Amino acid sequence: MSMLSFERKYRVRGGTLVGGDLFDFWVGPFYVGFFGVLTLFFSVIGTALIVYGAALGPTWNLWQINIAPPDLSYGLGLAPLQEGGLWQLITICAIGAFVSWALRQAEIARKLGMGYHIPFAFSVAIFAFISLVVIRPVLLGAWGHGFPYGILSHLDWVSNVGYQYLHFHYNPAHMIAVSFFFATVFALSLHGSLILSATNPKKGERVKTPEYEDTFFRDTIGYSIGTLGIHRLGLFLALNAGFWSAVCIILSGPFWTRGWPEWWNWWLDLPIWS
Amino acid sequence: MRKLMPLTVLAAAAVLTACERPPMEVDQIGYRGVGMEQVTNPRLAEAKREANQVPEPLPPVSPGGPRAGDLYENVEVLGDLTIVEFNRLMTALTEWVSPDEGCNYCHVPGNFASEDIYTKVVSRRMLEMTKTINDQWHSHVGDTGVTCYTCHQGKPVPEYVWFEERGGPPQAGGMAASRRGQNLASPAVGSTSLPSDPFSAFLLGDEEIRIIPTTALPQGTNPRNIMDAEWTYGLMMHFSTSLGVNCTHCHNSRSFFSWDGSPPERTTAWHGIRMARELNQDYLVPLQPVYPDSQLGPHGDAPKLNCQTCHQGVNQPLYGVSMLQDYPELNAVSRNGPARGTAAAEADMAPAVSAVPEEGEAESADEPENSDGI
Repeated sequence: MSMLSFERKYRVRGGTLVGGDLFDFWVGPFYVGFFGVLTLFFSVIGTALIVYGAALGPTWNLWQINIAPPDLSYGLGLAPLQEGGLWQLITICAIGAFVSWALRQAEIARKLGMGYHIPFAFSVAIFAFISLVVIRPVLLGAWGHGFPYGILSHLDWVSNVGYQYLHFHYNPAHMIAVSFFFATVFALSLHGSLILSATNPKKGERVKTPEYEDTFFRDTIGYSIGTLGIHRLGLFLALNAGFWSAVCIILSGPFWTRGWPEWWNWWLDLPIWS
Repeated sequence: MRKLMPLTVLAAAAVLTACERPPMEVDQIGYRGVGMEQVTNPRLAEAKREANQVPEPLPPVSPGGPRAGDLYENVEVLGDLTIVEFNRLMTALTEWVSPDEGCNYCHVPGNFASEDIYTKVVSRRMLEMTKTINDQWHSHVGDTGVTCYTCHQGKPVPEYVWFEERGGPPQAGGMAASRRGQNLASPAVGSTSLPSDPFSAFLLGDEEIRIIPTTALPQGTNPRNIMDAEWTYGLMMHFSTSLGVNCTHCHNSRSFFSWDGSPPERTTAWHGIRMARELNQDYLVPLQPVYPDSQLGPHGDAPKLNCQTCHQGVNQPLYGVSMLQDYPELNAVSRNGPARGTAAAEADMAPAVSAVPEEGEAESADEPENSDGI
């Protein structure tokens, strides 16, 4: 099979976390590894279970297929397959696949001798998912608090859970998360436009170097974070967006039962003026 | 970084001290996975339950005996009660409304027939109102019914009444002149920035509550704007604060206006809105000239009722315990008739029995299927 000229250099043995040499090989361009096999295992079973759940359900309309979690009455126990048991199995498969994938990323990082930035970043996304379907349900005492797997149905869940706390925009962690999401896309748009401008000069001009990029921002806002710095900043903003999203939903229910607007009464009740 | 760490920990601790702690109790309202749930903190719920206890009923009296109307002077609405029933009710009333002030809160000592104290006139009207609620608003109060205690709970003036608010004095000029009742973090609207007096519009006036457009895309035909939405949401925040429930108690937020996705409690609330409106119009507002100035609002209006007046933070006032069963005397009140005499007619007209209201149509409802009404 064909391989890019520099690719052979990176196809090194070792660095595996478990299994030694057992799955330390490539299929075409893809590294396999023990966690690659595990990812495949979980994702195939999970997907098959979703299709099975859809087959049991009333519709094949992609938008409306819905795999709902069990009734709250099942608590933290197992539910019959058709009454939320499927959701429980699919959740196990999803977490299995996500975590395996992160560990596969870690193995690749070890092979390449680079830091764990990528698996770490992906772990924050996994943490957000686990917050929704494991941490918060466990804190509230029932798997039924997880969100349903379905394109439209999960949106209904989001909306209703928001309205359980009257006005979710008053949730302080939600405020922080939303601000980070906006800051992320703002930073990315600044960075993206800068790179596109620098690398697509007018006909007859040379591609601009980072010196030009830095100069542009020093001229316009007085500061340039630099070529490395922007990626660190991007990572920081993006991971915080995911992290605070997880915090805002864990707080809602286990740590706050009333409307979020009312939470801010601590400010009105400060002894300075109350 | 090292300096930031303790700061972060401190901030996180501060945020959590303003919060509550698990374990919580949760009631599922809708189909599994829809997210319609009532999450309750059992420690807060216990305090609320203790604050909403029903007093021991007075021992019942044996029937028979002379009519109160024949024996006492100036008995207008309780004339059909026997003497013993009459006295039992008066004792209960005192315990419910003026336990500290006693009989003299309404009566001139030595001359019980006198109407020199305004509270006696108000009480009579309130007895009629109670009878109206129990007779004509079964759609809202169910078999539980109400008594004086539902609202008064031992206080001469119920803890939660409302007065007109006009949003404070003018501030800057132009568009900034009026805050339109907003940004006051009023407890009446769940401490939100929403208009703090949605009552004048919806529970006294009959402004349209429904603001959701009926077409997917704007066609220039919907006269409703964001300000209207804020008034509606202000009222909804009041419901939720008053009943100690969240929005999913009555709505699937997927589509707030759609009746077929709403829990049956919403029909109870629909009738409640109309009940509150009518009671304010027929009973409370007309009493305005009777009150001394000290009992009137800043704009000279009479105290009026809203959902919180009865509910007091509880989904079913007094946790659904029916005190009315113990006080049949309240059902023997004879009414001079409400000021407008429309109560019965409207209550009968509103619900189209078991018909599913058409979506997009103005407010309409079917009969509540549950009796946990009130």
